[in-house]
Order: sequence, then C-alpha cells, then structure tokens
Amino acid sequence: MKVSIYTSCVVDLLFPNVAIAMVEVLERFGVEVDVPDKQICCGQPTYNSGYREESQKTLINQLESFKDSEYVVGAAGSCVAMLKEYEEIFKDDPKYARMAKELNEKTYEFTQFLNRVLGLTDVGATLDAKATYHRSCHMTRLLKERETPFILLDHVKDLEMIPIPHIENCCGFGGTFSVKEPVISNQMVTEKMNDIIDTGAEVLISADMACLMNIGGKFNREGKRIKIMHIAEVLNHGIDESRVHIPDSVHA
Amino acid sequence: MGLKTSTKTFDERLQASIEDTFMQKAVAKAQDDQWVKREGAREELGHWEMWRELGEQIRKETIAYLPDYLEQFSDNVEKNGGHVFFAQTEEEARDYVRKVTLEKQAKKIVKSKSMVTTEVGLDQMLLELDGVSVMETDLAEFILQMDDWDEPSHIVFPNIHKNREQIRKVFEKKLGYDGDNEPVHMARFARKVLREFFLEADIGITGCNFAIADSGIINLVTNEGNADLCISIPKTQIVLMGMERIVPTMEEAEVVDNLLSRSAVGQSLTSYVTFAGRTNSDESDGPEDFHVVIIDNGRSNALGTVFQPMLQCIRCGACLNVCPVYRHIGGHGYGSIYPGPMGAVLSPILGGYEDFGDLPYASSLCGACTDTCPVKIPLHQLLIEHRVKMTDDLKMTHGLDDLTLRVIGKATASPILFKMAMKMDHLPSGVLSKHKQTSVENLYNYDGYLNMGPGLLGGWTSIRDLPRPPKGKDAFREWFKHHKKEQQGGQ
Repeated sequence: MKVSIYTSCVVDLLFPNVAIAMVEVLERFGVEVDVPDKQICCGQPTYNSGYREESQKTLINQLESFKDSEYVVGAAGSCVAMLKEYEEIFKDDPKYARMAKELNEKTYEFTQFLNRVLGLTDVGATLDAKATYHRSCHMTRLLKERETPFILLDHVKDLEMIPIPHIENCCGFGGTFSVKEPVISNQMVTEKMNDIIDTGAEVLISADMACLMNIGGKFNREGKRIKIMHIAEVLNHGIDESRVHIPDSVHA
Repeated sequence: MGLKTSTKTFDERLQASIEDTFMQKAVAKAQDDQWVKREGAREELGHWEMWRELGEQIRKETIAYLPDYLEQFSDNVEKNGGHVFFAQTEEEARDYVRKVTLEKQAKKIVKSKSMVTTEVGLDQMLLELDGVSVMETDLAEFILQMDDWDEPSHIVFPNIHKNREQIRKVFEKKLGYDGDNEPVHMARFARKVLREFFLEADIGITGCNFAIADSGIINLVTNEGNADLCISIPKTQIVLMGMERIVPTMEEAEVVDNLLSRSAVGQSLTSYVTFAGRTNSDESDGPEDFHVVIIDNGRSNALGTVFQPMLQCIRCGACLNVCPVYRHIGGHGYGSIYPGPMGAVLSPILGGYEDFGDLPYASSLCGACTDTCPVKIPLHQLLIEHRVKMTDDLKMTHGLDDLTLRVIGKATASPILFKMAMKMDHLPSGVLSKHKQTSVENLYNYDGYLNMGPGLLGGWTSIRDLPRPPKGKDAFREWFKHHKKEQQGGQ
C-alpha cells in the first residue's frame, strides 16, 4: 500500500516534527510513503477570503501533485476537508472534474486513514500524561469526522483524557480571520485558553496544527505553560513494539 | 431605527462590545443554557436530521415558487375580506401603515412580535404622527422602548444584553416603579401598564411567523400571548411580513413551527400558537379590518442568485446561539437589526456592502451556524459568497490585506516560488524575532518567536506569538530526502 503525505503549509513551513511523526507511524505499519514534491497549499486561505479566481491555480497545482497517488493522507482536518471539497468546486470543469472526484475519494485525514482504512485502534503508543483534545471546527463540521481521533487516543497507554468545556467552540483561528479580525479572534482564543486551563491538562492535543499554533501562541504570549502535541506525535510516542501489528489491509 | 442600527464604524462597535464585559457574560451564559435546552428538545423529537431535511425542502420549494404562493395567499386574504399591500421599499411600507392609521383616526397602537417593523423604521414614523402613541407589548421590546428605544441585540432575546437591575432602573425612571428587581415582580408591573394600553388600542400591529397560502391566515408562535391580545382587542389589525415568510398549507406550518420552537427556545412548542385572520361573521373578537403588508425591501436581491437559500430563514436565532463570534461581540457589534451569522449574510443582501461589507469577514467560518440551522441554510458558505462578490466581482479592495492575499494566491500556486519561500523564510524572520523563555513546549523549538510583522502578520502577532520557521536543513522535505536515502541504503 502506497500513501502520499499531504503536509499542509503550516506543517511544511513550521512543524516538520508533525510530518515526520506521520511518516514514522505509517511506515511502522508497513505502508510505503512518498511526499510529492509539487504539493503546496490546499488553497483555503485565498479561496475562503473570496479570491476565487486567484486560488484556481493553487487548487489545480494540488490536483496535479496527487494525480498518481493511491492514497493521500493529510496532517490537518481542515486542509483535508478543502481537498475533498474540490469535487464540488470543479464539478462543471471538463478538464478537472474527474481528477477532483478521484482526489476526494482517495484522500483521508491522518487518524481517519489509520482507523477507517487500516482498521487500527491501538497503534502501540504510550504517553503518561493528562491531556485534553481540541476538536477543530473544520475537521468536525466540514470533514464530518468526530470519532477517529478519540478512538485512537483511547488506546494510547497511560494517557488520561480530560473533556474540555465548550468543545464545539472555535479557537478563533479561522485562517485569515485570525489576522483580519484580531480583536474578535483574541476574545475567542482567550476563552479557549481558559477552558483548557480549567481542565488541568498538561498536554493539548489536536489533529489541526493551525489551531494548536493559534492556541499555543496565546499561551506563550500570556506566559502560561502547556505542552502542545499534534495527534501524530502522540501516536508516535513511547512505542511498545509488542502492540504493533501490521494489518492485513496493508498487503492488499 | 431601521435595518442599520448604528452610525458607528464596525471597529468602533467592536471596541464597545469588547469593553462590555457584562454583555459578554450574559450572552455566553444564554448560549450555554440554550445549548442544553435545544439539544434536549431535538432529542425529544427524535430523527432531527430528517426533520431538518423536511424543513429545508419545504422552505426551498416555497421560495422557488414564491410569486405563486404570495399570489395565492393574497387572493385568500382578500376573499376573507382583508386587504393586502405589496411594499417594495421601506418607505412604501411606512406610507401604507400611515395611511391606515390616519384613516382610522387611531390614537393608540399596540405592537407585538415584529422585527420587520424595526427594519422598515415604522416606530419612528408612528411616533412622528400627531396624537398617536405606540406601545411595544412583548416584554423585552417594551423594556427596550422604555429605555429610549435601545437597540435589540438578538432576534429571539432582544434584551439579552441587559440585566435585571438595569431593567429595574429603567422602570423606576420612566414608569415610577418602586419595587425590587425580581423578574416576576417587574413582569407583573409591566403587564399592568400594558393591559391599560391594550384595552384602549385602536390598531394592533403584529408580524407573522408564517403566512399560510392556501387559507390566507397568519401563524404566530409566542410565549407571552401579547400578540393574541394585539389581534383580538383592537378593531383594526395590520400584519407586516417579509415576503419570504410564507408556507403553502397548515401542514407545512406544523413542521416549521416544530423546528422553530425547538431551535429558538428549546421548547417543543411555545405557549401560544395562533392562527388568525379577519374575524369571521360568527366570532365575537378579532379584527374587523385586517391588513397585510408584504415587504420586499431588498429581499428580491437574493432571488435567482447564489444567496436565494437565505430566504429560507425562519428567524429562530439558533445560529446566534452557537456562534463563537456572536458570543463575544453580542448583537450590537453587528450594527444591524439582524445580527449573528444570519444577519451577517442577510444584512448585506438587504442593505448593501457599503454599510454591511465588514460583516461577512467577521466570521471564522467554523460552520457551527450551518450545522445548527434547522432549515439547512449553508450560512458560512454564503459568507464566503459575499467575500467572493466583494473581491472577485466588485473588485472592492482591502488595502494591504488585499495585496497580501493576492501574493499568497500566487505563492501557493507555484511550487518554485513556494520552495524558495521555504528556504528563505528563516532568514528574514530573524530580524523580527524575539527571544524569551517559552512556556509552550513543542511549539517554539526553532530559535524564538516572531513578535511583530507587516500587514497580515501584524494581526497575528498583536495578540499571540508565532513560532519561527526551522532552518532549511531542518525542514521536513529535507529530512524526508535523507530518510529515503537511508532506507534505500539500508536495503
């Protein structure tokens, strides 16, 4: 089984550790991994800001980057949701409609791929910590994935998950919203920070690095302590080889 | 007051909202409470998603054949002996109500349950008529009127920004109330004031939740029963309705009333669900003279466009109750009679981008509104459509932000430019970087954080720290190249 890693810009530019963790987890389960070199951004920042014409080339670049991939697995729920949205965006385009449909069908967010495609629940990870999970809006509402991160985290040995109040509320990132509307964004991320502090968790986990960057950036500005981990890093932590079993689906 | 409720700029309104910590707490609490109630009410009904689909279907179909349904409704009202007036603009709506008021030589007017009257600036017009007095009879609206017509801040809980002590003071100052700030005591007092007004009223003005096309009657859902008094005591009733507030038959009204009550206030049904029109010959109460003013006022701007789904809205306010932006800036932040996500979509349709062009950007596009809307309006997608209209179609520019986004558009479309940027970005960011003890583990691994920046970056670093990018050799793609080589070497 071959997987193309879709890094997303935030991870590509700022958090190589997240993409490395993804590669290591996938390879541990016998998956062959590549990183198509042409890939850049899903186009969401400009597309959602209303620059539909400007973002067209970006979208097409992504379509072409992954056209030969068997599976595309992304590090961010939000960016993956955008890739899957291409099918609707290009539905009347004679040249790209088919490619967009294929991309939609073969693209998964990282935890989705582990659980729904490989059928994994326990990846062999161990993390002795009290943690809480930030459920990003786009992963939940656009990608409609509410379960897989929790299924996998439930099987991380020694990890105690503490529920966060107002789990449904946005952290105030929202792509360009965070920089265009800093006053409102500040209110939102401050409430999120306080909700996280109220849980007493030492570690904040999410499947969207952009949200973590936003929330973590606020913690850092306020001088409040927290450890930030992308879920791929959690699932690559403290591996107990005896719990690693390569699923049959990899050989199929 | 009209559609536009404030002369301040968006930034000024925002600042006022952010400073109003009482309002923020009140709104957050109301949202949290409504969440619990709404979820309970949905669960009790069961099959919520199927109900939503039915709701969407009904509203979509009605809007698709709107002219036909409006004609049918209008014919039936007239068949029952009532009058219908189609007002294209707010002026026409006001003029019609003025004409009826003057013809009836009315002195006292009672009002209930109508946001659209505020939208068209009806109160102001009536107050300017000699010898005419007007009374808002819904408790929350009554309080706003007594407080010098303070602007509403929510479409279902217009008074959400006020606490009980503030209300007590308004009553004391304007009505000589000398009791305590217990809601039940104040409500009893308000009721006494209102009762006297009701008994002497010549005209009752109400809105309408839904107009029923095949029978020419209107449907109102209320909890206080004031709308029923507005309908049953005065001899003349004037109904003002947005032209989209229509359903084909009583059967569809049942579905949308169910969705409305559950979504708006978390009740299976409201205390009063009223169906009314002109008095039948065998009835002793109700209006002998019945007028319906059907208002366009910009709604037809949405017809036949990508914004048409906005006309499905049943004004339940559920999108406000889940919106994290509304949670923090409250209704007054929007500067429109229609706040929150539904308002951010609707206000520019009705009032244009000059006054309301900021609203579509005041959203993180989290999608909570779309997810909760009982008639499945794709609210956050329509916000993007407004942005598209402003940037791509109208070429409205937003200064440096506009330029930056166009540059981002170019950079993210070209692998060569992007890779150059990846190699370069550690270098220039060094100039802007700060070093301090970082409190966030696993985020600031690469030599400090960015503290300020030009253009869009400044918006980020004004409130939070941005990690510096890793050096080229530490980048993921470099790592992966070595990793592959090692793998191949090992084989």
